[in-house]
Amino acid sequence: MTSNKKDPVLVILQMTGAYDALNTFIPYSDPHYPDYRPVLQISPEDVLAVDDKVGFHPAMAPLKELYDEGKVAVMQGIGYPNPIRSHFRSLDIWHTAEPEKMVTDGWLGKAIRDLDPDKENILTAVNFGRGLPRALAAPGVSVASVGDLASYGVLTGIDGEEQRMDALDIFGRMYSPLIGSGAVNDYLSQTGLDALRGADILRTAPEIYSSGVEYGGSPFAQWLKNIAQVHLADFGTRVLYTGVNPGTFDTHANQNITFPKLWGDVTNAISDFYQDLKEHNANEEVVMLLFTEFGRRVKENGSGTDHGSGGVAFVIGDAVKGGLYGEYPSLEPEKLDEGDLRWNNDFRSTYATLLEQWMGLDANPVLGGTYEQFDLIK
Amino acid sequence: MADNDIALMAHLMRRAGFGAQYEELEARAARGYETAVEELLHPEDHSNGMDLDLAERCFIEWNHFIRCVPEYIAWRMINSRNQLEEKMVLFWHGILCTADSKTQSYVTSQAELDMLRRRGMGNFRDLLLEISRDPAMVYFLDNCLSHKDAINENYGRELLELFSMGVGMDGEFNYTEDDVKECARAFTGWTIANGIPGQPYGRYSAQFVYNPEDHDEGEKTFLGHTGNFNGEDIIDIICQQPATARFISRHLYSFFVADEAQVPSWMNTPPRDPDTIKLLEEEYFRSGYDIRSMLRVLFNSDAFKDARFSRIKGPIETVIGTLRLVGDWNTPKPGFESIFDEMKHMGQEILNPPSVEGWHTGKEWIDGGTLVRRINFIADYVGDVSYPGIQDIVQKLAAEGPTISPEGLVEGCLRLLGHYELADETHQMLVEHARKSGELPTNTREFPDQVGNMLQMIVATKEYLYA
Repeated sequence: MTSNKKDPVLVILQMTGAYDALNTFIPYSDPHYPDYRPVLQISPEDVLAVDDKVGFHPAMAPLKELYDEGKVAVMQGIGYPNPIRSHFRSLDIWHTAEPEKMVTDGWLGKAIRDLDPDKENILTAVNFGRGLPRALAAPGVSVASVGDLASYGVLTGIDGEEQRMDALDIFGRMYSPLIGSGAVNDYLSQTGLDALRGADILRTAPEIYSSGVEYGGSPFAQWLKNIAQVHLADFGTRVLYTGVNPGTFDTHANQNITFPKLWGDVTNAISDFYQDLKEHNANEEVVMLLFTEFGRRVKENGSGTDHGSGGVAFVIGDAVKGGLYGEYPSLEPEKLDEGDLRWNNDFRSTYATLLEQWMGLDANPVLGGTYEQFDLIK
Repeated sequence: MADNDIALMAHLMRRAGFGAQYEELEARAARGYETAVEELLHPEDHSNGMDLDLAERCFIEWNHFIRCVPEYIAWRMINSRNQLEEKMVLFWHGILCTADSKTQSYVTSQAELDMLRRRGMGNFRDLLLEISRDPAMVYFLDNCLSHKDAINENYGRELLELFSMGVGMDGEFNYTEDDVKECARAFTGWTIANGIPGQPYGRYSAQFVYNPEDHDEGEKTFLGHTGNFNGEDIIDIICQQPATARFISRHLYSFFVADEAQVPSWMNTPPRDPDTIKLLEEEYFRSGYDIRSMLRVLFNSDAFKDARFSRIKGPIETVIGTLRLVGDWNTPKPGFESIFDEMKHMGQEILNPPSVEGWHTGKEWIDGGTLVRRINFIADYVGDVSYPGIQDIVQKLAAEGPTISPEGLVEGCLRLLGHYELADETHQMLVEHARKSGELPTNTREFPDQVGNMLQMIVATKEYLYA
């Protein structure tokens, strides 16, 4: 296993549920904004303005601080052709980078294959959360998926070290792929073997970690802490993935109550994570992409917002040239797309930029085409 | 009795229930397969065999269902003899989803799951009507916030996309965005009294209320029909759709027969067994949308009987099945909560599907984290020979003779776990493992642990991930 601390690392933060772009990055001086949002509007004086047009939601102060330090690129008007307002399908599109048809391979799965073609490191990618996102799935690609870093290990309940080693030896052989047993069994085999090998390595990460940063208690904050632990343990991990539970940002109702709390928790955790990296002199090694599956309806429903399109994403890190990218979609009624923000910034441009300029990969085979890139990596 | 009959019964009970110990399999198989199927299909004719009074005295919170509702549901899954009735609760709970993470009211979730139990094998139209009036659902999908002058589309959309028709079929969309809006209009005024989050004053049960003042009385055009539709009319139109027959049939097939592709891909991915799906679709219309009739056709089909070990068990099936196998939680005792952490870390929590889309199934249950958790959980249980179900297995093997061969040990454990079948290579590895200890005397103090060790190895196999 080769490990070079200076290899660029990508951390993906998936804000599942579809956060409301309009109230996340707010066009506060647009005269249409208060009309669309009689209840949910954020008053101009509360917006954390970045210029005379747009600014962050007040609950996102930790992210605004990073923005002010020039470390946050705001990807305005991000979306994909023919927007679909189903959580499931839309996430699938973000995961596979393929809006036209259903495919099974994830964009990061393919990137991981290119990062580690000979599968030298089973920890090239690590996911924290319940279940593996499709973004990380590709045939032959191993990704460790961890719910709780502290208790990760196979057959931990077998009494006696010798007996357990014997059992693990058989386990390893039982999970060796059998020829002709089918794709699902091959997947199970590989998952079993990788879990076996990965667990022994991963378990050491919390032991060698120490930090003055105290993370919040939410699962997202704890997973970001785990990400810091794994990165700082120097396993050669290049892609780390986590997020909030599905549906979290799905604010059809009572958005004024839930939405600020969510952004407060999330941006505090991101800020803690950044500070943690900084404390360990690792802040230049990591770039984060924070995204959601789609934006929400421009016109509120009186208490929340329904499914829409045209969103906003954020790329965060020392290596990032902070600022605004893409165009803020027009709020003119006739320029909306069936009542939604009209996207102008294909999400695959951001993917291509991160893959080529940050990770040093050829984006074309991963994304199945060439997309215009932003000049956002230093 | 032929081993074949018991193996088939083990299959039926894994699918139409949460598995069963060997003696129960023998007893059910002795009555004949078709009779056993009818018993499962007609819980109203059979005692569920549970002493809920005793349980309620020990779990006093159950009395008002203010807490412990997952425990109550799990308790029934473990202990009810009417296994299919409880399995249908899980089936519908994964499709007509609400999540306690939003509703925050166990008493209302309890009412919903009782309704799913009551209606689970009845008429699909009745079920759709009840779920549309179900207080937890009305709140979960915000229909209580949909007003005639401010439509909230959430319920209208999910009713079509996730509860009845699906986005598309055979490559074509089943409905348009306009249909979604019209559907949502028809359900305006379907709301609840006693809104669910009771904080800080405690939790109240909510009731369905129809508020005609807030119902959009305008003309609506839905799936080509035009009229002043209310929710009932929309449900009638939905039930007539071939897409609905297809959608329900595929769900039944995926849950009971073999893993289908994930739901969002159904529009463009044909069923893996079109003939069986057609059989179910026909029965849906022939019976007037009767779920019990569809299940009867399904369980008696060769496609079902031949589909052994072609479905990856879900976490709830895994946990409940393990507890039934070892014979734990037949009587109340403290400490039930920890099994819900296990389910959660394996990727499935009762009353908390990750979103309205329910759980992803099949191989998506399994990743490095959930696999490790699952194997460790089952291995810890079956390796503990103090459990009555494991003692039974030990005694049955010991009763077969004074010694047991390595082959006999592997074969016997597989049989008593419910006629599991392993790939030849895996089987051979376990036999070789057993050979290290040679021919085992069955009357020694070590024998139970030797059996427990073999059971642990079996439940750690890939094959055991399947049901």
